[in-house]
Amino acid sequence: MTNVLLIIFIISLLYVSIANRIITYVRVLALQGVILFGVTFLQLQAIETWNLVLIMLETIVFKAIAVPVFLGYLIKRNKITRVTEPYLPNFISLIIITMIVVITVLLANSIQDTHLDKIFFIVSLSTLFTGLYFIASRKKIITHVMGYLMIENGVFVLSLAVGNEMPNLVNLGIMLDVFASVLILGIFLNKIGDVFKAADVDQLSNLKDY
Amino acid sequence: MTAIYLICAFLIAAFIFFNRNAVINNVLIILFGLIQVGFTFYACNNYKNVVLQYFTFDSLGLLLLITLTIVSIPALFHSYLYLIRHDETPQSRAIYFSAIVLLITSISAAYLANHIAVIWIFTEMTTLSASMLIYHHRNKLALEGTWKYVFICAISITFVFIGILFLSLALQHAGSSDLSFANLMAYKDQLNPFWLRLAFLFIFTGFTAKLGLVPMYTAGIDAKDKAPAPAGALLASVLMNLGFVGIFRIYTVVSQTPIFHWANLIIFIAAFLSIFVATVYMTKVLNIKRMLAYSGIEHMGIVMLGIAAGGIGYYAAILHIILHTFIKSSLFFQFNQLYRTFQSKSIQYVGNYFKYNPAGSIVLLLGFISATAMPPSGLFVSEFLIFRSLFEGKHIVLLIAVLLLLTIVIWAFGKNILKILFLPVPGIDESKIPKINPWESLTQYLLLFTAIWLGLNPPPVFVQLIQDAVKLLPN
Repeated sequence: MTNVLLIIFIISLLYVSIANRIITYVRVLALQGVILFGVTFLQLQAIETWNLVLIMLETIVFKAIAVPVFLGYLIKRNKITRVTEPYLPNFISLIIITMIVVITVLLANSIQDTHLDKIFFIVSLSTLFTGLYFIASRKKIITHVMGYLMIENGVFVLSLAVGNEMPNLVNLGIMLDVFASVLILGIFLNKIGDVFKAADVDQLSNLKDY
Repeated sequence: MTAIYLICAFLIAAFIFFNRNAVINNVLIILFGLIQVGFTFYACNNYKNVVLQYFTFDSLGLLLLITLTIVSIPALFHSYLYLIRHDETPQSRAIYFSAIVLLITSISAAYLANHIAVIWIFTEMTTLSASMLIYHHRNKLALEGTWKYVFICAISITFVFIGILFLSLALQHAGSSDLSFANLMAYKDQLNPFWLRLAFLFIFTGFTAKLGLVPMYTAGIDAKDKAPAPAGALLASVLMNLGFVGIFRIYTVVSQTPIFHWANLIIFIAAFLSIFVATVYMTKVLNIKRMLAYSGIEHMGIVMLGIAAGGIGYYAAILHIILHTFIKSSLFFQFNQLYRTFQSKSIQYVGNYFKYNPAGSIVLLLGFISATAMPPSGLFVSEFLIFRSLFEGKHIVLLIAVLLLLTIVIWAFGKNILKILFLPVPGIDESKIPKINPWESLTQYLLLFTAIWLGLNPPPVFVQLIQDAVKLLPN
């Protein structure tokens, strides 16, 4: 079951690469949040209330509901156009992301390690690189934020792959990280929408050495 | 006491944030300064003790904490001067001071943390508080700088977290899960080299955003440019030291393992590229603040060269980073007076400064001599020792290349500073130039003389502390 969920996760990456509308990205991010909850739930050995609440909060409440709603609000408020405006055609994006997945599979197979769950490793690394690719290949600032959120999802899967119970302190730290960064990114994105005419990265090239 | 310090500091930051009264605001800031000094004394008296399980007053943490406290007092003072001159609203003043209190507190805590996850959390907090400082002017350029800083730091901090995950994988092979540095040292022989390699790579890359090395240095430059100069002084000195602490602590563990030489190679590449990039930009740059920021990149490159070369280089690197903190912060403090005189950041519209503000000009001149490591600067001693360690490590080609690049840096830096000091610019309305009180330069003189004194005649305690900080590294 875990494997099925993780494969759906990979397919969602491929789906994002050919999506034309920004709202599709938001929906995929919400779907990824739900998948992450499923995976974490299945990984739990013993159900402790406190732990379960924390995971629920991180995945369902935050990743699957709060962030997509907030992103949708940002898109509406700043009148961001609905097209994603990639620098490269979607077909090439699809090929690149497929290549990323294939390379991570080959990489993971070359590692001999009993402590590591391979499929988790593959999913997390390919999500990480896909996120970086999205940041590099999309024109809109909001898609950069979504790329960042995708990287965060990849890191979440990686922390599951590592398997050992992270101390609560670190868990809280992750919460802080996600909350704070999204909040800050959101606030400044809002400001950028107010100040700059179009929220494109081309607008952010005024800081110069002279 | 540590818990009291953290709680008090966070409470003060919160009070300042919600308070709109100028007098109460000033009282709270003075109170914070006193608490910071008190905590530093407490740390000195509890040398080597572990408090609250996650903090240790070890040599490196203590040295940098004292440095931070020495720099933060003038930073608060110059911030006060800066804000009363800029017709700030009570709201913007509240946000500024609350952010600076938060920044100083989280840097102090991160210096002393003995657990990599704790360093990570406090590094995250420095990003948040620094972004508030960078966005202080609330204009288009400040927004751009803040956006870039927050975005790149968010990605770097994620990289550090990935590194921590790999580190815990490496440690699982040893059958342990406690990620404190003491525990990592205890299991140093059983760490899995493959995962440790990945962990070091990610943690190093992540912390370069704070330290200011290739590849993540870019955001820091914009940040130091757009933040108000007193805050920029903190970003350009003590915040860079935070990146150094993160890398140094993990490097200490790595140095005991088989991947030591590989790690050194990574550091050599990053450090050399940083010096190269800084040199290229220094020759072209016209914005004075950015020039100072690029000079910081160059110095961090030299520090990391010292670390990678080993031997006497370890000692010199820590000496270098402490002296650099004093010198760079004093130059940033001085920048505000320069800006008030000419109302411009560009070297093109600034000149003949000696005529208008002799006391400030001498700070710039002394700062230039110190920052380019000419005698009697303290940096001369540390840089000389780093070059000696490179020579002894048989990195002759690298040494020659670095020396050539540094010569270009001195030329570019000197050209710009001498232009600011002596060459008159046409079309300046002298009646508009304000008179500047020479006493405002006092703190800069004190910082610069401290740097010279520590370099030429270091007190035995200071030498002992540095030697103790590097004693875990192989000789």
